[in-house]
Amino acid sequence: MAEEDGVRRRDFINVAAVSAAGVAGIGVVIPLVSQMSASADVLAASTTEVDISSVQTGQAIKAIFRKQPVFIRNLTQREIDEANAVDVSSLRDPQTLEERTKEGKTNWLITMGVCTHLGCVPLGAGEGEPRGEFGGYFCPCHGSSYDTAARIRKGPAPLNLQVPDYTFTSDTVVTIG
Amino acid sequence: MARILSILVGLFFTLSLAYTFAVGAYTAATEPEAPTAEHEFHLAPKHVSFASDGPFGKFDRQQLQRGFQVYQQVCSACHSLRHVAFRDLEQLGYNDAEVKAIAAQFTVPKYDTATGEVASNPGMATDYFPPVAYGGQGSPPDLSLIAKARHGGGAYVYSLLTGYQDQPAELLKHFPDSKTPDGLYYNPYFANLNLAMPAPLVDDAVTYSDGTRATLDQEAKDVSAFLIWASEPTMDKRKQTGWPILGFLLFATILGYMSYRNIWANKKH
Amino acid sequence: MSFPWAKVYTPEHPFMKWMDERLPLPRLVYNAVGGGYEVPRNLNYFWNFGFLAGLCLVIQIVTGIVMAMHYAANTGVAFDSIEMTVRDVNWGWLMRYAHANGASAFFVVIYIHIFRGFFYGSYKAPREMVWLLGVVIFLLMMATAFMGYVLPWGQMSFWGAKVITGLFSAIPLVGEPLQQWLLGGFAPDNAALNRFFSLHYLLPFVILGVVILHIWALHIPGSSNPTGVEVKSESDTVPFYPYYVAKDGWAIGVFAILYCAMVFFAPNYLGHPDNYIPANPMSTPAHIVPEWYFWPFYAILRAFTANIFFIPAKLMGVLAMFGAILVWFFLPWLDRSPIRSASYRPVYKWFFVVLCLDMLVLFYCGGAEAKEPYVMISQIAALYYFAHFLIILPIVSAIEKPKPLPFSITESVLGKDEDAVLAPSA
Repeated sequence: MAEEDGVRRRDFINVAAVSAAGVAGIGVVIPLVSQMSASADVLAASTTEVDISSVQTGQAIKAIFRKQPVFIRNLTQREIDEANAVDVSSLRDPQTLEERTKEGKTNWLITMGVCTHLGCVPLGAGEGEPRGEFGGYFCPCHGSSYDTAARIRKGPAPLNLQVPDYTFTSDTVVTIG
Repeated sequence: MARILSILVGLFFTLSLAYTFAVGAYTAATEPEAPTAEHEFHLAPKHVSFASDGPFGKFDRQQLQRGFQVYQQVCSACHSLRHVAFRDLEQLGYNDAEVKAIAAQFTVPKYDTATGEVASNPGMATDYFPPVAYGGQGSPPDLSLIAKARHGGGAYVYSLLTGYQDQPAELLKHFPDSKTPDGLYYNPYFANLNLAMPAPLVDDAVTYSDGTRATLDQEAKDVSAFLIWASEPTMDKRKQTGWPILGFLLFATILGYMSYRNIWANKKH
Repeated sequence: MSFPWAKVYTPEHPFMKWMDERLPLPRLVYNAVGGGYEVPRNLNYFWNFGFLAGLCLVIQIVTGIVMAMHYAANTGVAFDSIEMTVRDVNWGWLMRYAHANGASAFFVVIYIHIFRGFFYGSYKAPREMVWLLGVVIFLLMMATAFMGYVLPWGQMSFWGAKVITGLFSAIPLVGEPLQQWLLGGFAPDNAALNRFFSLHYLLPFVILGVVILHIWALHIPGSSNPTGVEVKSESDTVPFYPYYVAKDGWAIGVFAILYCAMVFFAPNYLGHPDNYIPANPMSTPAHIVPEWYFWPFYAILRAFTANIFFIPAKLMGVLAMFGAILVWFFLPWLDRSPIRSASYRPVYKWFFVVLCLDMLVLFYCGGAEAKEPYVMISQIAALYYFAHFLIILPIVSAIEKPKPLPFSITESVLGKDEDAVLAPSA
């Protein structure tokens, strides 16, 4: 019996040694995998402050947020009314303008400038660009049209233009991210 | 045949070396190399210890903040710190708002996409320390890697800052041609003994907010500590990661050795 | 080839059988580093360094691929891209230090591996091809390490590139155009940096290929051993798995402890401070030295300070430096002693010891400043180096009277070898 115990003890040490090698292997993989995720300088640049004092009613500007365009539009009363007149239940991605803006700042429509279809930049924020048949944004890649609340109305895009996290740091400065 | 050839080739090389050795030895004997002032009077860095020294060392954040104060109020007039971003200062113990405030004290040139011009704006946390325009004599090096880029590291920086002195009379006696030129300053810790930077630190060059007395020695030590940090902000993390890994490896190696003994138990070798 | 008593790979699982008939990769591995490879039982710890060298190659390739993900091969940003990797990339500091110190570890291991070969006569028949391929690997390693050191584009990178490519300018007639061709310009710049990066990425995989040939060539006669007596019978050998897997396994542990101690606690110890200064083509560092693993050969290069007849000193230095490594290619034919192991060669053994000391002297002089007495010492040391390989070795191997060899490996281990006496191999 004593010999059998000895054998069992030896097996145990071999198994433990191989297991330790396995743990070491997993330990090596962790930094090798995580080095590919966003580095500290990229993460540090993950919020953007935008001065909106120069954006007149009816105008829009493009800002850069996380290396992608953001549309900041100062809606006219007519555009707000148009957006509110739509029957929400008829929309592909039902949302009201209120849900897509901050309280008391309904005229400030802030969305990503990235079409939810395949990631092109829709037209309509720049001066003189076509806004599509619903008066918001129009994506030239595959013809998605967004309305004045940047909701998808026509074309292949599945969702409304995404509203990023943002806060009004003051009346004229928005912090996105 | 091969061996005869090899011996001939070998003789060629060895005799050539013997010849070049003889020529060199003759030159060395007849024209001994003249000693130079640099060789005779240059000093190795002083012995000075920092909190971050050694495998168990850790940065002293309070000291780093003092060192940063010295850098900001004295060094930054001439020396840039281009690999360090303002956000990195959080590691010194500053909070978000303090980092923002520090960054705003610097003007950072930025390319304005609207006007196509480079405009100077107040710095943001994500910006790096800006380049420093310097019009004087010499070329002040960037300091972000200085503690890694010199033999002796932080001790070198400390020795240089505290090492200014009058040129020794003995040096002038032996090397009358080596008088420190006008506009340069004698410092035995600098490679060629004379540098363009005047002694930058004096007692009370700064007023420390934590109440530490700002002696020249204290300032030099603090700013050296800060520059050690600036040259490798990840040093604490490196050492703290190292110990558990070494511990595990030791454990695994002992297991490996026991397993090796097991497997070879019945095999004499 | 393998010994007749080697275990034969027999797949049990139906999938492994299926696999074996279509792509016998498991069989290949089994016969290369598994139970099917019979190895002399008496190998000492110097025989672990081959396996460790393979591990080093893997470490360098893996960490190198990671570094390349963050590196930018352009003189304007190369230095900054490495600093950014170290400061901001997740675990970037670890990758950089593991790669830089990995190169040093690789050379430590390979030098021990090579000197193991010198002592135990591993280059002798029938293993000449193993040795020749090994020298090729060493040359490729030197090229790879040199080009890798240029990539951070610090002061030592730049001036190293300038000096080493300058060696080629010593060649008569074609030298200058050759240097310009190597650099793609008159001095190291973007063109050179880009091609060095490209080749630094390529060569490790060439090394990997030659390593496979090296191991293949080794498996034809099988591993040598400290007695230098060839395997005679089954009792002389043990299967690689589990015996040498266990031995290499715990050796890896020891290696990893030393390597990690360097990476985590002294990562810049072996590097030069000047390489933390961005390259400046207008100002040469006071004291240019290559990385430590080139020091012995750098000392030989600098040993020639006087013209030899019509040969300029510069060309002589270059010839000697390359000759110092190329002479290894001829080693199997310079050393004609039938005895492999220096343990049984009373005269050669001492010359081997002198060679080791000589290499250490060259190493020290190569790292020192180019002034007296180091130049004169390195001249003497270089003289011995060439005398050792080209004069002493051929003569000693011809006149030396070796000590009696053991009958077999088993006899050297157990004091007697009944198996072989009872059943001598055919």
